Amino acid sequence: MTNSFNEFARAKMFMIIGSNMVEAHPVAATFVKNAVMRGAQLIVVDPRRHALVDLAALHVPIRVGSDIALLNALMHVLIAENLYDRKFVESCTIDFDKLAANVRTYPPERAAAICGISAEMIRDLARRIASVKPMMVCYTLGITEHTCGKHNVQAVANLQMLLGNLGVECGGVNPLRGQNNVQGACDMGALPNVFPGYQAVTDADHRAKFAKAWGVAILPDTPGLMIPQMMEGLTTGKVRAFYVFGENLANTEPDIRKVEHELSSAEFLVVQDIFPNETTRFAHVVLPAAAWSENDGTFSNSERRISRVRTASPPPGLAKPNWWIFKELAKRMGRAWAADSAQAIWDEEVSVLAPQLCGIKYHRLEGDGLQWPCPDESHAGTCFLHKDGQFTCGLGVFTPVEWTPPAEEACADYPLVLSTGRRLAHYHTRTQTGRCEGLNDILGEETADISPQDAAELSIRDGETIRVRSRRGEVRIKARVSARVPRGLVWMSFHFRETCANWLTNPAFDPSTLTAEYKACAVRIEKVYTA
Amino acid sequence: MAENTFTLNQRRVAFMPGQTILEAAAAAGVRIPTLCHLRGTTPTGACRICLVEVTGARSLMSACSTPAAPNMVIQTESTRVVQARKLILELLLASGEHDCLICPSCGDCQLQDLAFKYQVSPKRFNRWTDFRKTEVNPLIVRDFSRCILCGRCVQACNEVQVNRAISFGYRGKKAKIVAAGDGPLKDSECVFCGECVQACPTGALSEEKARTTWRPWKERQRVRTTCPYCGVGCQQWLHVQDGKIVKVTGVMGAEPNKGRLCVKGRFGYDFIYSEERLKTPLIKENGEFREASWDEALDLVASKFKQIVAESGPHALAGVSCARSINEDSYQMQKLFRAAIGTNNIDHCART
Repeated sequence: MTNSFNEFARAKMFMIIGSNMVEAHPVAATFVKNAVMRGAQLIVVDPRRHALVDLAALHVPIRVGSDIALLNALMHVLIAENLYDRKFVESCTIDFDKLAANVRTYPPERAAAICGISAEMIRDLARRIASVKPMMVCYTLGITEHTCGKHNVQAVANLQMLLGNLGVECGGVNPLRGQNNVQGACDMGALPNVFPGYQAVTDADHRAKFAKAWGVAILPDTPGLMIPQMMEGLTTGKVRAFYVFGENLANTEPDIRKVEHELSSAEFLVVQDIFPNETTRFAHVVLPAAAWSENDGTFSNSERRISRVRTASPPPGLAKPNWWIFKELAKRMGRAWAADSAQAIWDEEVSVLAPQLCGIKYHRLEGDGLQWPCPDESHAGTCFLHKDGQFTCGLGVFTPVEWTPPAEEACADYPLVLSTGRRLAHYHTRTQTGRCEGLNDILGEETADISPQDAAELSIRDGETIRVRSRRGEVRIKARVSARVPRGLVWMSFHFRETCANWLTNPAFDPSTLTAEYKACAVRIEKVYTA
Repeated sequence: MAENTFTLNQRRVAFMPGQTILEAAAAAGVRIPTLCHLRGTTPTGACRICLVEVTGARSLMSACSTPAAPNMVIQTESTRVVQARKLILELLLASGEHDCLICPSCGDCQLQDLAFKYQVSPKRFNRWTDFRKTEVNPLIVRDFSRCILCGRCVQACNEVQVNRAISFGYRGKKAKIVAAGDGPLKDSECVFCGECVQACPTGALSEEKARTTWRPWKERQRVRTTCPYCGVGCQQWLHVQDGKIVKVTGVMGAEPNKGRLCVKGRFGYDFIYSEERLKTPLIKENGEFREASWDEALDLVASKFKQIVAESGPHALAGVSCARSINEDSYQMQKLFRAAIGTNNIDHCART
């Protein structure tokens, strides 16, 4: 996030796109609701009428995967009606002309046909978001989990630069991160192209710096594989050993049948986790790890805040902290590492090597933590980025993007679109929440949420078991007939194994990020006749 | 005389325009007892415990809902104030079944604390309500016999979390906190965030999981940590008793959550004590897992890795790190892949 959660309650306007915040980020949503109660205008762009829509001034029910058409059309109107922030665009950005030429080809009428809303609604939305400044955009995986995910993000950034809503409090581009430490895992360089602190592995100076710090002669200079490439590599033999730490890939990746084929092809699979799960079944070695409250360490949240994690009780049996396991393996591979605690790893390595984190030491994290960038120990941390329109690379670059449809669209055989996500009471594959007393009582099984219109057409009653089928698989699941779902859409989560949406989802990926298109695939639903 | 000052217990005190007497007094270091007041929400003045004596006013005034005004002369513990508080406490105690011996909030109850401070017992009046406990909901126990109708839960639900699941129902002696037309929480808009439980000053709302285990005076340790679920990073207190987490609450005033939690953050902690946890390294032999020592398992992994590096080069290995675990673990894993194995084949679910 460019901005911070504590700005939510003071914000004047929100445009929330592709984010069911009430269920996926419930506490963040409470601050949005507080702002609305105080008079802020809330605009929700989402195919579903999710709970935040109840408080919204405007709900823009676009079709799944039509975000770029909408965003480009909004910018079309903003430029055509001269409603954009000319001063910000002139002083803080480049390539406006390219953007203008691109969005000129997205008149509201064209976008309306793609998005399934009226051109008038697009004009109304454009005028609304230009009328209040700053306006805060929040998004989640509804933007990124598409074959055009990267372009979706760029379109959101273009819009906020055009409106001059970057570098200010209560504005910005705010992706709410899905996992407690997905921001941190990125910051730490658990990515194939960067060292900790986003320092490219292709840069010789960065390699030299890390080689010196880690006491090795050379470090690999080509970016490594991303998860889908690793999994493919298991079937071709390109990847012979695969080490999975704390990810239940057999349930979380699209097209479970394909994923299980890949995992079962692994010559040597090591899984390090806290529970036996669908992925450990394929392992050759399973390593038992300490969990959340059995560790001292740090998490980094969506707003770049490093907060402490502290031990409440010891891990069970022989389970060990993950950092210890990696250190022991390194030792057996001829690398002796000195750091012998999470604090030593952070204070002596991470915060020395990552420029954004140099000012963050454990002794400064006792209270509310610190938000990076925090370059030195006298720095108070950074609540919002790009202050005064200063971007990391100097000026903000407009990157025009074209709308592309999802890889798989509804057709005669599979006339509905399946979109997926999380529900409130559970988390991911329920390895944790499924083992917490009470949470299964709140949500004990998955449903396929469908619209009253589609239900009526197929004579499906609420609660009736139906079959949802895609080109990759099928599940039998209870239908939940809900007016929150638009006609033509089926919505499911991936919390329960037997009814996991990932039996159905499409392993089609964004070409540069290799993020899977969890939000769109073609399905059909059928009644199940029992004798 | 300065414009925005008043006299508080014979002391001249400054206040900010718009502050209530309660807030101005707190800023001046004078604590006025409250029950219904919930910080950050609209004052309701429901419980009357914060009554103070304002010279010239016809009656005692509730400090939580009366704005401070220039030149007020206020006494917070005068004989008249104390008498009124004692009567209110007697009536509150008589309103229900305030049997502290078996109450889940004993020792963590503002009503109990005030009864103790003002030495009030419930003997004078007969009990005048007849509500019973309801236990039909998951996670949250509502015991109306301990409810003093302060309305903090209603404020927490409607103004803090804005779930708008509960409100006041009925009138007079029958007044009650209701959800979904006086039904169980599970049939209402309730999302089980538990903000109401955290706000409740008595034992009327308690956590099912902690109800017969947590004793505040047995709590040896209260550990501040960060929630393990979504990317908001809520700050939590882990209440540890006999070496185990027995309850989780939000850290009031902390960034980013200001004391708030959701259903997972508040109630999703006990997985760590599941019997199904992995407790030893396992090695698969003939299709079955067998237990192994750390040395055996780590030696096997390291030797297999070294063999593959020797045969096929380091890029024949790949690793996926965990977006749920601590930063230091991800750092350590990418360091293992880059510095010890020699490949950049390290990723995690960053982009999903």
